[in-house]
Amino acid sequence: MPATSLLGPSLGLSAILFSLGVAGVLLRRNAIVLFMCIELMLNAVNLSFIALAQLHGAGGHIMVLFVMTVAAAEAAVGLAIILAIFRLRQSVDLKQINLLQG
Amino acid sequence: MTAFVFWVFAAAAVLGATLCILHRNPVASAMWLMFTMFSLAAIFFLLGAELIGILQILVYVGAIMVVFLFVIMLLNLTRASSDLRGPRTVGATVVIIGLLLIELLALWRYTPRRLAADLARSPMLSDPATVFAAGELSRQETAARGVVGGLAGPLFQVYLVPFEITSVLLLTALVGAVVLAKRRI
Repeated sequence: MPATSLLGPSLGLSAILFSLGVAGVLLRRNAIVLFMCIELMLNAVNLSFIALAQLHGAGGHIMVLFVMTVAAAEAAVGLAIILAIFRLRQSVDLKQINLLQG
Repeated sequence: MTAFVFWVFAAAAVLGATLCILHRNPVASAMWLMFTMFSLAAIFFLLGAELIGILQILVYVGAIMVVFLFVIMLLNLTRASSDLRGPRTVGATVVIIGLLLIELLALWRYTPRRLAADLARSPMLSDPATVFAAGELSRQETAARGVVGGLAGPLFQVYLVPFEITSVLLLTALVGAVVLAKRRI
């Protein structure tokens, strides 16, 4: 039997992981590590979907499937953009990509 | 027993995530993120989402992270110096994360009973079993049709249109990735 008593701790763990992902995005300058932190945030949200799916039925599980698909598409396109930027600048440091700073 | 296993894997997930965002080497970062994802897959199993746990390992660890490692290898990034931002950004990050955690950790104290009391229209009907009848219904369906069958039913009936739109999204991402990574169009 699934343990519905784990609802609160699951949501709390999801909150901690999401905050760690936000911290990574804010702290790191390496574009690839930044993308990994975004994956971490998506995973944290998946955890809260799964925790609440115990109460609300299979809809949460299916939403997690969609989130995984979007994450895969995002990783493919994002890494292609990083490859293109690396070819242009020979670096993935976000400090060097400052065209929009004016 | 279930709670003990949950806390072990929760601690592992938080440890992996912390090392992932702090490690200097991108390859080690990716490995720690994989560790976190494995721990989360175990937690998904505990929460009764067996198929999602398997897909987490197959799709996230097996496909997405391998793409990340492949790109790190392609760019030859292993000998990176520290890329943390300056002290002002670190201070601002600590403040933002503190506020975010205070907001989100209120979720910690949620139990099915309290959530039901929040959602129910009248206090008479705030029994979790009546408010969340859908959860019990889908649990019975999973017991009758198996783990995959319990998920396939709603996916191909209620969520059929989003499912079909997902295929368009994947095609767009495929074409976009090829066009962006091509040297000359």
